Amino acid sequence: MIVLDHLTKKYGELEAVRGLSFTVGKGKIWGLLGPNGSGKTTTMRILTGYLAATEGRASVGGFDVFEKPNEVKKILGYLPENVPLYPEMTVSGYLRFVAEIKQIPRSKRREAVARTLEAAGLEPVRHRLLRNISRGFKQRVGIAQALIHDPQVLILDEPTIGLDPAQIVEIRQLIKSLRRDRTIILSSHILQEVSQTCDGVAIISEGRLIVSSSLAELASSFADREGVVLKVRRGGREAAALMRKVAGVDKVEQEGTELRLEWAKGRDPREEILSIISQKELGLLEMRPMTPTVEDIYLKAISGGTVQ
Amino acid sequence: MKNMWSITKRELEAYFVSPIAYVVGAIFLCFSGLFFYIQVLQYEYYSNYSQQMMSYGYGQMPNVNQVVYIGFFFWLQLILILVIPLLTMRLFAEEKRTGTEELLLTSPLSVGQIVSGKFLASLLLFIILLLLSGLSALFGFLFGNPELLPILSGYLGLLLTGAAFISMGLLFSAVTENQIIAAVLSFGTLLILQFLYYVFLFSSGFFKNILGSVSFTSHFINLIQGNLDTADLVYFLSFTFFGLFLTQSVIQSRRWR
Repeated sequence: MIVLDHLTKKYGELEAVRGLSFTVGKGKIWGLLGPNGSGKTTTMRILTGYLAATEGRASVGGFDVFEKPNEVKKILGYLPENVPLYPEMTVSGYLRFVAEIKQIPRSKRREAVARTLEAAGLEPVRHRLLRNISRGFKQRVGIAQALIHDPQVLILDEPTIGLDPAQIVEIRQLIKSLRRDRTIILSSHILQEVSQTCDGVAIISEGRLIVSSSLAELASSFADREGVVLKVRRGGREAAALMRKVAGVDKVEQEGTELRLEWAKGRDPREEILSIISQKELGLLEMRPMTPTVEDIYLKAISGGTVQ
Repeated sequence: MKNMWSITKRELEAYFVSPIAYVVGAIFLCFSGLFFYIQVLQYEYYSNYSQQMMSYGYGQMPNVNQVVYIGFFFWLQLILILVIPLLTMRLFAEEKRTGTEELLLTSPLSVGQIVSGKFLASLLLFIILLLLSGLSALFGFLFGNPELLPILSGYLGLLLTGAAFISMGLLFSAVTENQIIAAVLSFGTLLILQFLYYVFLFSSGFFKNILGSVSFTSHFINLIQGNLDTADLVYFLSFTFFGLFLTQSVIQSRRWR
């Protein structure tokens, strides 16, 4: 659905994006993850046709962004980092205006505005001025604006930035509810966000792609280590000492009665661990596998690690 | 066309929900009333003088069109130099500052539609102001007997001048994200062009010819005197279209920065 092919953008001498290539399949939610200033916004602006790339190609829904910008704009909804609001307009007046410039036919506009107000949860503020509504509602209006022409592709630049924790949860749920058959790219520098809302992630750093793949694939291909988290009823310290002696286990962390054990991928000492615990009657309460979080992957990736 | 009208409608709404249309309109109408009054007083002075002269057998009564209306139009054009930049300063600068530009430029609209939509909004507001200022001009018909056609030609001159000023204001609004800078740039440029007219008056030869064709005042004066000449129409229209074209280029070039 979205294809980037060696995309490069230079602002004068500064290379904001360097030879970026990745693909997002239809119906996927992809997170664009990277530290601030890594080229996320620039990449999104190129995809939306707001900026022209210096080199490379990009296409959305089969249309080349540079050759058919208007076709792309028709099937694409975009939430810029600064929500583009006219403070003197009401919520519904603003959405009516957006419906017009997105070229929704007159007969369908009223319905589109009503549908969007409902989808974004804006019914309670529909008659209020944009300047007077809260940050969370403004963000919702921004998403509503991107959504009004029922686009196949949504591009959301930092959709939860500047919101309080409750609002962040609400907006994430809203985004998830939008997916249906839509392709969504959202950028973030928050790891949790990506791991909670997305199917896949493209990690970029200093304008270069570090990795782009689905979260599941990433987790399995990336982990060269495995481990478990154990919880015992008694004797945490004793248990830790015993575990250090188990063949293969090369890292043991203990915190009260909770232990974290790690070993290199391929060796699986779980059986031995269990038998020791039951022999010593430590009282096993919990044993769960430790999966690498996006955070581990991300930190490893941007600290210069190569992938695969 | 429809797309352009969406932009125009929003801009007109923005003018009327903010105080700007009312404040600028009020100032403009105060001035236009005042100017008309000054010209009528001047007419009264001249006609008293003429009556005295005529009792000795010299001269004739002054012409209403010459004394009242030409002066009135000339004053109005001067005040446009102040008023138009205030109407146009917001148009692009504010979109750029608040980021709404990104909404417009990622919508399936052409830059030409955006530019002409905004231009049309300012022009319509200006036409409303011009029609309201016409109320003063109507008083001339209540108490005197002026000729209509030169007055219409004068209003055409004001309309064309206004359109040219708006296109220039739009251009300056597109190059900055600061409204004040946009206003000062257009105000300053218009004032300089205005003063070129005085250089024109007191210069000679080839230089004078060039200044005469560059300065909008010399073309404007033809129109308010009732001399409808295609050269003047072409001047104002090409001034306007050139401004709009440059504005469009400025906005478009931002994609490539």
